[in-house]
Amino acid sequence: MAETVTSKNLALAKAINESLRRALEADPKVLIMGEDVGKLGGVFRVTDGLQKDFGESRVIDTPLAESGIVGTAIGLALRGYRPVVEIQFDGFVFPAYDQIVTQLAKMHARSLGKVKLPVVVRIPYGGGIGAVEHHSESPEALFAHVSGLKIVSPSNASDAYWMMQQAIQSDDPVIFFEPKRRYWDKGEVNFEAIPGPLHKARVVREGTDLTLVAYGPMVKLCQEVAAAAAEEGKNLEVLDLRSVSPMDFDAIQASVEKTRRLVVVHEAPVFFGSGAEIAARITERCFYHLEAPVLRVGGYHAPYPPARLEEEYLPGLDRVLDAVDRALAY
Amino acid sequence: MTVESTAARKPRRSAGSKAGTTGTERTTRTTARKSAEPELVQLLTPEGKRVKNAKNAEYAKYVAGVTPEELRGLYRDMVLTRRFDAEATALQRQGELGLWASLLGQEAAQIGSGRALRDDDYVFPTYREHGVAWCRGVDPTNLLGMFRGVNNGGWDPNGNNFHLYTIVIGSQTLHATGYAMGVAKDGADSAVIAYFGDGASSQGDVAESFTFSAVYNAPVVFFCQNNQWAISEPTEKQTRVPLYQRAQGYGFPGVRVDGNDVLACLAVTRWALDRARDGEGPTLVEAYTYRMGAHTTSDDPTKYRADEEREAWEAKDPILRLRRHLEASNHTDEGFFAELEAESEALGRRVREAVRAMPDPDRFAIFENVYADGHALVDEERAQFAAYQASFATESESGFAAGSGGN
Repeated sequence: MAETVTSKNLALAKAINESLRRALEADPKVLIMGEDVGKLGGVFRVTDGLQKDFGESRVIDTPLAESGIVGTAIGLALRGYRPVVEIQFDGFVFPAYDQIVTQLAKMHARSLGKVKLPVVVRIPYGGGIGAVEHHSESPEALFAHVSGLKIVSPSNASDAYWMMQQAIQSDDPVIFFEPKRRYWDKGEVNFEAIPGPLHKARVVREGTDLTLVAYGPMVKLCQEVAAAAAEEGKNLEVLDLRSVSPMDFDAIQASVEKTRRLVVVHEAPVFFGSGAEIAARITERCFYHLEAPVLRVGGYHAPYPPARLEEEYLPGLDRVLDAVDRALAY
Repeated sequence: MTVESTAARKPRRSAGSKAGTTGTERTTRTTARKSAEPELVQLLTPEGKRVKNAKNAEYAKYVAGVTPEELRGLYRDMVLTRRFDAEATALQRQGELGLWASLLGQEAAQIGSGRALRDDDYVFPTYREHGVAWCRGVDPTNLLGMFRGVNNGGWDPNGNNFHLYTIVIGSQTLHATGYAMGVAKDGADSAVIAYFGDGASSQGDVAESFTFSAVYNAPVVFFCQNNQWAISEPTEKQTRVPLYQRAQGYGFPGVRVDGNDVLACLAVTRWALDRARDGEGPTLVEAYTYRMGAHTTSDDPTKYRADEEREAWEAKDPILRLRRHLEASNHTDEGFFAELEAESEALGRRVREAVRAMPDPDRFAIFENVYADGHALVDEERAQFAAYQASFATESESGFAAGSGGN
């Protein structure tokens, strides 16, 4: 008898693929919907092979209409299905924004709790892959502002696998932001050990001098920053938030009470971004612990630039180190 | 070419008006409109006479066996719906409701289509489907909670297979389509009906729902009540072709029915639902009707339409025409009308009393049902809100002299 594989080294995209496969196997109500998710397996191949194994009625190639994809997913959820829909790229989600904000997010409350909409909206997001316009955006704050939605973003293969399992099991709508520049990064995925609750942050590097907070694609960068800072004798803590809404402020607070300094890093524009919310709340919670104002590193208040300029726009090692130095200088 | 002012356009809407012969654009559009009108399916004339011709035969067979009792039932439904609607308008005027969207004039479209449905069919309404709600057995007082401001939808959608009212125009057509895709996946033989209006026909979501339903052959009936007005905008501001003809471009049939003829609406909707059940996919039904009242109680139609138009439509009143038919056919007696009158008044009274007795929600309802599985921030804010409220309670209990501080 073949030995059961309990763990595999997988690319992040493949980990999501395995997670979707497991969900399709476990629950006949789970559906995959989106543009090109069938034979092609999605433009990033995240759904590769699923239609072949589960059929066209469960892995559904949709017309090119994002509002239609989310709107019909809502209807399917009302009928008892658990649709996992793919929005092909971050910049294409806005035709569906009305259905997500006005309908998906509010229907549970409008029905006084009688209707549940277990819909997962997968969005490959963020830059760093040299893409053309509208293919590199980070719109998570535009969704986090909306009650009724849950917003998560894994940073590694194991989280991608397990957070997708948990998102599909959630009775609330979940916007699942996939860090597209990390799709090909490999990591060990244990198929039996659930790493923890969906909305809990995790300390990925312990430190004492300053806390770096990030999620999704910026976690790896922050780990690199911490490694570089260590060479200069600075001991940084790195916190992977994993969930943007709800956000694990207790974990940030616990870290900042220890390190007394906080730098938040995200690709999304700084203005009205998640960093602003973190700065406000941590200032309130940790006013007497902070030795420096909370600093933020992120995108600028400008359209996402052409690919040849994105390295200037995105937070990079030096820009984060600069913020670290400024925070430590207080 | 002359630029037409809005004021110059207005008389063109008036029934019988001959205005509007200057300018190419105007002539073209008027022609399009006129050519569309004869294509209406009608089984009962405004005078209450049964229409029998070859063109209608396909639909007429769906009501061939209609009994006098069923006709009286349809009449009763329309009368009670109109009475409920009038009561709600009055309650808004009395300050008991914040707003009301009257269905006055659209009773036949709603009762005819609503009575065509089976219990296991599913309805996705706009915010004006009070007559359909009545057919589904939703307690009329439940419809009033959102208009009074005590909730945003007061009924269990699965209790009567009647979804919550949808206020943002056209969004529900996609939900209906998705639901119908689910029905097809389940192998059920039930159908789904999506209500929307002439204004909604311009929404992208409606176009996308046509696309999706056609591609997946979803068992859904798109029931468009063209009541001629989207608040102040006439249907000409939404379309150059009769709305039912849009279906052709999506690859499914569309039919225009006299929306003030309850029998024709019943027949055509039964036909469309049968198509859905038989695996023939979506159908568009355009019920050609008229919004006799304002868009809502906040609207003032005298600003944009002429009285003559309304008067012309009053002659086609859906209730009046069925009454004429019932009387001419000797299907009713005075006792029937007297009993119905009493029942109407009782309904009005019950609704009035229920609305006045409707309590304001508990203030903590703000935080209820935001999420099915909970959310840390909602919990935190609820606790802060509770502490803030409790600070007042502490002051009143201990007295201001005690000077107990708030949060």
